[in-house]
Amino acid sequence: MSTAAKNLERNDGALIAAVRSGSQDAMADLYDRYSSVVYAVALRVLGDAGAAEDILQEIFMQLWRNPGAFDASRGNLAPWLAVIARNRAVDLLRKRRPQTEMTETLVSVEPDLASEADRGRHVEKVRAVLKEMPAPQRNALEMAYFEGYSHSEIAEKTKEPLGTIKTRIRTGLMLLRKAVEAT
Amino acid sequence: MTVHEQFAEDLALYALGALDETAGLEKHLEECASCRRELEQLRGNAALLALTTAGPKPPARAKSRLMDAIAKEPRLQQAKPSSRWWTLGWIGAVAMVAVAAVLWNQNSNLKSQVQESARVSDQQKAQLEEARRIVDTLMAKDAMHVSVVPVGMKTPPPEGKVIYSRDRSGLILMASNLQPVPPQKAYELWLIPMQGAPIPAGMFKPDAHGSALVVNPPLPAGVEAKAFAITIEPEQGSATPTMPIVMMGSGG
Repeated sequence: MSTAAKNLERNDGALIAAVRSGSQDAMADLYDRYSSVVYAVALRVLGDAGAAEDILQEIFMQLWRNPGAFDASRGNLAPWLAVIARNRAVDLLRKRRPQTEMTETLVSVEPDLASEADRGRHVEKVRAVLKEMPAPQRNALEMAYFEGYSHSEIAEKTKEPLGTIKTRIRTGLMLLRKAVEAT
Repeated sequence: MTVHEQFAEDLALYALGALDETAGLEKHLEECASCRRELEQLRGNAALLALTTAGPKPPARAKSRLMDAIAKEPRLQQAKPSSRWWTLGWIGAVAMVAVAAVLWNQNSNLKSQVQESARVSDQQKAQLEEARRIVDTLMAKDAMHVSVVPVGMKTPPPEGKVIYSRDRSGLILMASNLQPVPPQKAYELWLIPMQGAPIPAGMFKPDAHGSALVVNPPLPAGVEAKAFAITIEPEQGSATPTMPIVMMGSGG
């Protein structure tokens, strides 16, 4: 991990510790750092700025109420918040009760994405892989992840066999994994 | 990574929340650590999808809305151990905790039972009065501090009691009869997890009576504790314990 990444990680950890101590300034810093990620994910899923803003509010309020839900030893704050935003937004889209508690959300992203520079580099690589991916495979991944469809629903909508959808999704995720491993 | 091949595709679907029938896989996950690790990694891979999203920044009003909401919802603060705690003495700290607990209880009750009768209100007043009496005794200037030990024992040994809740990431240490620490040194409590390195769980110095209290130090969420240990460290704390361990205890 680079020195910059270590510093940022420390800063995130220090900010979370400060939030645990009741610091509103630390909460404002975390918001400045990660609100764009959370909002972008929620907006991508819901396509509604007002609803995305509500998700943004809900997630940061939960972080304020329970900063201990984030376990720095298990991953970085950016992907963790992004996944929580995706989960909440999909639950809302599918009109279902929240499926996963914040404390149960474990995200292990390797390599480390603590630094904004590292994160940006890996994200660009992933975008490139997605762009090169066959459209049916990319669609299957996005329908599952951003629209919350189950694999049988995707099979029905795309008129493809269930097995094909399963394989596309797994190999798609493996391509994303290889993209960041090779970065 | 060794993943049971027959579950490989289902794990990928499960990581995306796209698997229809989950019971069989979830049963397997309970028993298979390598598949659990693979699932966590697959979720990480899926998180990359989330991170690729880009769009407009949230409107400026969203931040002021959040900060307003936070300002209206200050949490009852259990500060991490600081020099204030060290000098306050554990009796004062226990008194503060007792009052805070009673007030919190009263506040919660009042919020959720606004329409309750005067009888409930009277009951809460009585509870508060009872807590005040406890605190008055604890804080009284003439209060004697006596350690009760087996007959014949001249000097009571150092003793500590740790109360730890994994689910709440909450920890309280109450210690008594501690030896003073050398200048620029302090005691440090360590949570020893089932796996991995010891986790710092608060710095403290005993008061004039040898007593100390640590209340809810910052801890990672959901850590299963195997034991707790106390070492003597530089005042600013250490990332790893310095031998020897001066006090230790395990649960169960």
